[in-house]
Amino acid sequence: MLRLPWFDYRAPRSVAEAAKILAGEGPRAMLIAGGTDLLPNMKRRHQSPQVLVSLRQIEELRKLNGVFGSGLTLNQISDSPNTPTALRQAAVQVATPHLRNMGTLGGNLCLDTRCTYYNQTYEWRKAIDFCLKKDGETCWVATASKRCVAVSSTDTAPALIALDAAVTLVSTSGEREVKVEDLYKNDGIDYLSRRPDEILTEVRVPAGWKSTYWKLRRRGSFDFPILGVAAALRFSGEIVEEARIALGAAASRPFLVEKAGEFLKGKRLGDEVIAQAAELVANRAKPMDNTDMDLYWRKAVADDLAGYALRELRGDDLRETRLRIARQAL
Amino acid sequence: MKSVHLRLTVNGEERELLFHGYKTLLEVLREELGLTGTKHGCELGECGACTVLLDGAPVLSCLVLGLECEGRSVQTIEGLARGPELHPLQAAFTDFGGSQCGYCTPGVIMAAKALLERNPQPTAQEIKEATAGNLCRCTGYNQIVEAIEDAAAKLRAEAK
Amino acid sequence: MKKKLDVVGKARRRVDGRAKVTGALRFADDLSMPRMLHAKLLRSPHPHAVVEQVKTEKAAKHPGVHLVLTGKDFPIPFGIMPVSVDEYPLARERVRYVGDPVAAVIARDEQTALAAAELIEVSYRVLPPVGSPQEGLQRPEPRIHDYGEQGNIHRNQAYEFGDVAEALGNSDLVFEDLYFYEGNTHLPMEQQASLAFLDQDGKLQISSSTQNPHYLHRQLARVLQVPEARIRVLATPNGGAFGGKCDPGGHEFVVGKAALLLGRPVKIGLTREEVFYVHRGRHPVLMKMRTGVTKDGMLTGMHLQTLLDGGGYGSHGPASTFYTGVLTPVTYHYPRFKFEACRVFTNKPACGPKRGHGTPQPRFGQEVQLDRIAEQLGIDPAELRLKNLMKANSLTASWLRVGSIGLEECIRKVTGMSGWKERRGKLGRGRGLGLACSTYMCGAGVAIYWNKMPHSGVQVLLDRSGSVIVYCGATEIGQGSDDVLAAVVAETLGVGTDVVRVVSGDTGITPVDLGSYSSRVTIMAGNAAVQAAERLRASLAGAVSETLGTLPDRVVFSQGKVYAAEDPSRAMSFVEAVAIAEAALGTLSAVGSYSPPKPPGKYKGSGVGPSPAYSFTACVVETQVDERTGWIHVPRIWIAHDIGRALNPTLARGQVVGGVYMGLGEALMEEQAFRRLPERLSGALVHRGPSMLDYKSLTSLDMPEVEVALIEDPDPNCPYGAKEVGQGPLLPVMPALANAIYDAVGVRIDEIPITPDKVLRALDSKEKRVGPQTFPAVPYPQPVFVLPPWEGGDGKEVKRDAAPAVV
Repeated sequence: MLRLPWFDYRAPRSVAEAAKILAGEGPRAMLIAGGTDLLPNMKRRHQSPQVLVSLRQIEELRKLNGVFGSGLTLNQISDSPNTPTALRQAAVQVATPHLRNMGTLGGNLCLDTRCTYYNQTYEWRKAIDFCLKKDGETCWVATASKRCVAVSSTDTAPALIALDAAVTLVSTSGEREVKVEDLYKNDGIDYLSRRPDEILTEVRVPAGWKSTYWKLRRRGSFDFPILGVAAALRFSGEIVEEARIALGAAASRPFLVEKAGEFLKGKRLGDEVIAQAAELVANRAKPMDNTDMDLYWRKAVADDLAGYALRELRGDDLRETRLRIARQAL
Repeated sequence: MKSVHLRLTVNGEERELLFHGYKTLLEVLREELGLTGTKHGCELGECGACTVLLDGAPVLSCLVLGLECEGRSVQTIEGLARGPELHPLQAAFTDFGGSQCGYCTPGVIMAAKALLERNPQPTAQEIKEATAGNLCRCTGYNQIVEAIEDAAAKLRAEAK
Repeated sequence: MKKKLDVVGKARRRVDGRAKVTGALRFADDLSMPRMLHAKLLRSPHPHAVVEQVKTEKAAKHPGVHLVLTGKDFPIPFGIMPVSVDEYPLARERVRYVGDPVAAVIARDEQTALAAAELIEVSYRVLPPVGSPQEGLQRPEPRIHDYGEQGNIHRNQAYEFGDVAEALGNSDLVFEDLYFYEGNTHLPMEQQASLAFLDQDGKLQISSSTQNPHYLHRQLARVLQVPEARIRVLATPNGGAFGGKCDPGGHEFVVGKAALLLGRPVKIGLTREEVFYVHRGRHPVLMKMRTGVTKDGMLTGMHLQTLLDGGGYGSHGPASTFYTGVLTPVTYHYPRFKFEACRVFTNKPACGPKRGHGTPQPRFGQEVQLDRIAEQLGIDPAELRLKNLMKANSLTASWLRVGSIGLEECIRKVTGMSGWKERRGKLGRGRGLGLACSTYMCGAGVAIYWNKMPHSGVQVLLDRSGSVIVYCGATEIGQGSDDVLAAVVAETLGVGTDVVRVVSGDTGITPVDLGSYSSRVTIMAGNAAVQAAERLRASLAGAVSETLGTLPDRVVFSQGKVYAAEDPSRAMSFVEAVAIAEAALGTLSAVGSYSPPKPPGKYKGSGVGPSPAYSFTACVVETQVDERTGWIHVPRIWIAHDIGRALNPTLARGQVVGGVYMGLGEALMEEQAFRRLPERLSGALVHRGPSMLDYKSLTSLDMPEVEVALIEDPDPNCPYGAKEVGQGPLLPVMPALANAIYDAVGVRIDEIPITPDKVLRALDSKEKRVGPQTFPAVPYPQPVFVLPPWEGGDGKEVKRDAAPAVV
């Protein structure tokens, strides 16, 4: 049986107390919320924190009044009537129902980047002499690369980027608000602009967007995204007033495709407009060969997925397509 | 950190124990309490065999720290039967072929129990969604869905 | 005295059902004993290397460590087949894949064993790895093993039944196609575990998740040099096996040896990653298939060539190699048939038997090619198959005797259920139906090691309590083997299964049964059980006939009662009958045994393929394919299986749907695939993803509804007519999907798995196909030439020149 290494365990009752512990322990400590990302990684010796600072006892992280507390489970997010569509659709497609009872919104946003050369046991990684992201020197995905290209695999982040959401980060030196799109860096190792001593406490989502999230993965459950397209639009009648389209699982960070948003502004969502916007989105998808499924295929279908998102927001009935792709109605 | 004290409720009974703090709930149940009905197939959250109910909600015991279960209530397959009588889910799983080798069975039954408590009359699709976190390599799931449908009907009849 | 069936054919809760739904069933890893120690294996990080030195001092001194074992402790090799005893429990001089076990630590707990294993220092001299059979053919040196045919070829064989070149030459059309079937693995939910200890008499006892306790027993005795009579193997209920727990594993010898040396119980539980390394799963197979037909769609002959990627060890490989050929001519009549097969060693985990053992690969090619033939000839694919069906009670060109055949009814049933005639080709672009058929053995005609003893033995014990105890070495791996034994014994003795207790899979107390593989339990153990029960019934009938005022052969046993056929009121309970018999005859017990009929083929190699009976299956898959993305959706599957008789219809249907599930998983996504890093930078050759997340198996949301028809035409060679159902229903699913995709969007995906990217690539290609492009030059040997029965042959090899002209 795979087992965890030894660790010390702290369970603060407030964010302030947690921040204090984190500041005091420094890099020895890591935060744990749902544990669904960290514990498998610890079992495979990706991370070996000597101290785990649990956020589970902190009630203030489970706010659900105007903001989404980072400690809410993904099922609590998707069950809430106030959750915007894209966020709900993203949350409800993470992993499996049981993992969504455990995994939190904050955890999904801070999800470690993933790679087929990294998410393996210690013994497996030893057989390839490790990789750039952990214990090694070579990026086996792109051997000439000096940068780790592990892929951002969060579903909720692209949804929240499209929704123009922001997160609050708290540390002993104060708190700051960061746009979700600015929370990430395109580096598989140093992928968060959150400092290690900061705690992501809550997410603020502005209202008024019509939004959707399309996730591509092999199976109807368990699998991380191999591509995620989130789109949020504001309409004035049939005219697009504002558009935000974000991509997930297409780089080491989720990101906004500004060009597509600008292109759609002031336009009616005709078939030709949708095709052109989808093309602009797909052009930005630069998948690497480090997830499930064929790399070229993932690139080739990016415009289809973007097209589904825009057609759905236009009001087309895409339920059958959704059922075939997601294997469930959303 | 060596041995840690823990008090929790397992299948309605209060249990108190000292255990090595690195152990997950899965290891606590199987190795400290001898409740081997909860199985394991990967210990990484990738199969669902170790599903138990924690405060009523299905979770993967391989990814729950034993330490996080202080004061909480755990239900496992061992606590499901009603004395000598099988719970309707248990009876249906064995009568409708929902269990072949039986290894994924405890986890699926616990997931199904949580579903039926939330939704007494699920559709086949809702059943599949609720058990989508439990891999089964034997049945092809069809008979699992039928078993849960049958148990749901029996439980509804009991509730009347 | 004949009676109507009381137990057989009725849906019933399986005899081990309650334990499975209450958590009471104890799998191997659920066992624990006082003073139990834990073992952990250290495995090779290199795909191919010489082990120069293993330094264990640091590990041995680690606190809590009781024993460290290395290859030096195991001088004797093992291997499931006598012709490929090529594996050591811990590698001695050579490691042959990433994951090959090198050393073992036995410690107070798993954490300690793991920590100590990391202190073992192994020096390796790295050798160039062989990554594929093509590479193995090109690069005979360094050899992965110093035995085998030549270079890195493990097995190489050729058979020809009648002059196939002539048959193809005389055909109106000859179809030549290449197919590839990627390897995949069993992925049982239960990870292998074993617990060994010395019993009260100092005998070695091992409880293990094995399908074949008998073979494990023999190998343990051989490797540990302990007399067989001083070893007891208990097969714990397997949490799924599918062929993956047939071979003995290094870990089983390690805990056995450690228990012998330490005198304490020692347990090991493999991690999921290790289960992928134990493997013994589906061989990747490249195939070339040349088939001749007449203009009106009659098959004239087939020339089949296969190339198997064997992995690092022999395992069941010699049999697997045969199976990529021998069952091909069982579904349809091929007047002539030739097959050449070659298995090459590579530096990957060993391949072996997985559900359908060696036959899904050629069946895929054969059934897809038939679809192509049907299209070209303008014949409905179902009609083409019906035209060429093998006839019941006949011989194949290769001298396999085929008894009952329900394939015609299977085809008619699935085409009816699926609306084949009305719907096929009329569902619109992007939607399609595909049909395929298959067959499988009901047990192999020859044991894995040569012997003249029965393949299965059963003892049934009765006493005045009215309880019936059935002892048999067969193993419950989830398929329902205990339930089969209980059902046929209960039926024969006219009692319910509630008074039957099955004791199985225990070499210390049960008669030998070869194990739960090759779909043999129902037929072989079932027949032995019926024989034992019939002998007891005859004893009882003799003892009570006078009391009932009738003749012994007029005594009826039914539903717990024993009565005179001519007057059912002259009756007594089964318990009373047993008491009378026990008083008259003494303690009541009988044994039964089963040996399969002698195969008609007399040529060397004719032992692989014969079976007492064959099951047949036909399947229709419906699919929707998105032409822009290649995305594949399978909304529905219809399947009809010729089962002879369903002993317990609930379980039988479960086996069928489960087979479809596994087949569809293989068809769409399951891959035991490997990754080779750029050679200039690294010698690594690793499994792409040895985890439940990366090895994709269908979830409940990916599985369509399956409509099942059980075709029941009792087979006289089988207990109550029941044929196998554990393996057959998997086999037609992959080609049926491929054919459905062709019907939907007009592309041929001639390799498994069929993924959206391949569909898209085929749609974008000129030839509207994705599949292998070349078949390498394989140095197949001169074929063993045998004349088919209808060409005057006698089942023996003949000198080619001496073959008489066709009459």
